[in-house]
Amino acid sequence: MEILKTYKLYIGGQFPRTESGRTYPVRGANGNHVANACLGSRKDVRNAVQAARKAQSAWAVRSGFNRSQILYRIAEILEDRKAQFVSELISMGSSTADAQNEVQSSIDRCVYYAGWSDKYQALLSSVNPVATPHFNFSVPEAMGVVGVVSCQRTGLIGLISQILPVILGGNTIVVIANSDQPLGAISFAEVLATSDVPGGVVNILTGQIAELLPTLAGHMDVNALSLAYIDADLLKAAQEVAIDNLKRCSVYAEDFTLQTSQGLAFISTFQEIKTTWHPIEQLSGGGSGY
Amino acid sequence: MIDSLNSAQIAALFALTPAIDQVGIHERIGRIQTRSIKGTAKLQGLRMALSMIDLTTLEGKDTLGKVRQLCFKAQHLHDQATGLPTVAAVCVYPTMVAEAKKALVSSNIKVASVSTAFPAGQAPFEVKKLDTLYAVDNGADEIDMVISRGRFLAGDYQFVYDEIAAIKALCGQARLKVIFETGELDTLDQIRKMSDLAIAAGADFIKTSTGKIQPAATFPVVLTMLGAIKDHFDKTGQMIGMKPAGGISSAKLALQHLLLVKEVLGEAWLTNEWYRFGASSLANDLLLQYQKQVTGKYQSATYFSID
Repeated sequence: MEILKTYKLYIGGQFPRTESGRTYPVRGANGNHVANACLGSRKDVRNAVQAARKAQSAWAVRSGFNRSQILYRIAEILEDRKAQFVSELISMGSSTADAQNEVQSSIDRCVYYAGWSDKYQALLSSVNPVATPHFNFSVPEAMGVVGVVSCQRTGLIGLISQILPVILGGNTIVVIANSDQPLGAISFAEVLATSDVPGGVVNILTGQIAELLPTLAGHMDVNALSLAYIDADLLKAAQEVAIDNLKRCSVYAEDFTLQTSQGLAFISTFQEIKTTWHPIEQLSGGGSGY
Repeated sequence: MIDSLNSAQIAALFALTPAIDQVGIHERIGRIQTRSIKGTAKLQGLRMALSMIDLTTLEGKDTLGKVRQLCFKAQHLHDQATGLPTVAAVCVYPTMVAEAKKALVSSNIKVASVSTAFPAGQAPFEVKKLDTLYAVDNGADEIDMVISRGRFLAGDYQFVYDEIAAIKALCGQARLKVIFETGELDTLDQIRKMSDLAIAAGADFIKTSTGKIQPAATFPVVLTMLGAIKDHFDKTGQMIGMKPAGGISSAKLALQHLLLVKEVLGEAWLTNEWYRFGASSLANDLLLQYQKQVTGKYQSATYFSID
């Protein structure tokens, strides 16, 4: 007898069912019933944000090199489970060639961002010339907890393209997966759970964006939003409630399968620049500006 | 002063101590934990829980400055919110009592001092008495003493009883809370026995734990102690206070504890004269949930004072 997988949520390193107990059917390209996914509720959002907050400080103090190794590990595990992801994408409507391309690009993207983990700091930092006796420098710091509505057009690559550049910079995230194709997201959670990514760094919810996003966008403990391909009215409503704690909202409408949809900008958007004025002794006779 | 008990009297005391039905206790707790409180009842419960907190700092690194900051927090839980109570008391070490009294002089907030060589209680009896007198002389309104767990577990009930009775005599006007450190007493039957012993020896409050040892104020432990308070009240008409401490850090847990005390003891205990939470981080979670209830948005600790 074939054993079917129960697709659940991914919160704090665990795979709980939704607190609400609800599910919704996931349909393939020809309308066939592929699986049931959890229909997440606002309390799942609350739990996920709580888990993300709890994990954030410890994740942010890890070295860039360590985060790099972990991201590379994600690529290794993904490679190992390639066939599963390809068949999952096919079941949700992709052609075989597209599915194979998407999974291969996803693995490449993991390796790509693994490389960035200990390098973006140098590119985003600066030593600033100032007119006072201070050593003045600016460094990037993680924003904190980032809320993500993942790409609604792809089952895997968009998700990965929105998760990796955010977490490699020391943020933790709560992701609302593609509503129509959520299976890849939950299988990816299984990859994360076995890749030394600490519990709570990535939390993945499935369900309806219209139900989950207002809670996520209004949550005072979420510091930024990454939104891809969402309905204009929902976007407007999310931006309005995001104002209270001045969340930075980044809206994406790119084709994440392309190589142009990766780069430093995806990392720097979720960094705050901290400038430090460090008093130094008055240097005699001019010369250096810092 | 309460007289010492001889072994026959202690045997008579324990003869009335019922055996604890552990399965029954767990079933009852299970029912409490599935209940959910919403809307205005939740707001009322959150306010009530805040008013019952003994805001606590009991660390080796405590300073007078930390105590002043805690006392300020006790009076100004979250000034942006209207209609909030203050906490019931601040709970500190004896050396901090004078500073806390000074900082709270214009408020109704009580100062509780831990005593008798908190947290281990491993000091000579004379030292424990001095410890208590020091706190009382500095103006402590409440004394939180620890029992000698080693003696209790060794069956030296008379010693434990006499110690509590002697400290009670030193307290004067101050109310005495007796800390069992339930995490070291192992079984619910032992905890029930200790409850009966402490109540007989003159405790005004019985308190679960020091907060230094896990498990601390778990539901089964609290329900067992509430049972002892109820039996004593039914028999004598005398009310005894209850203070769970340690491990209650979320608003949800606090509300469930309030449900439990209301069900077991009744509404008379739902005031900070008879019920307290010993906690440090609980206050902030209650405030976060309170503001969530008021604003409709989940809150962030960033916007609340540190605890």
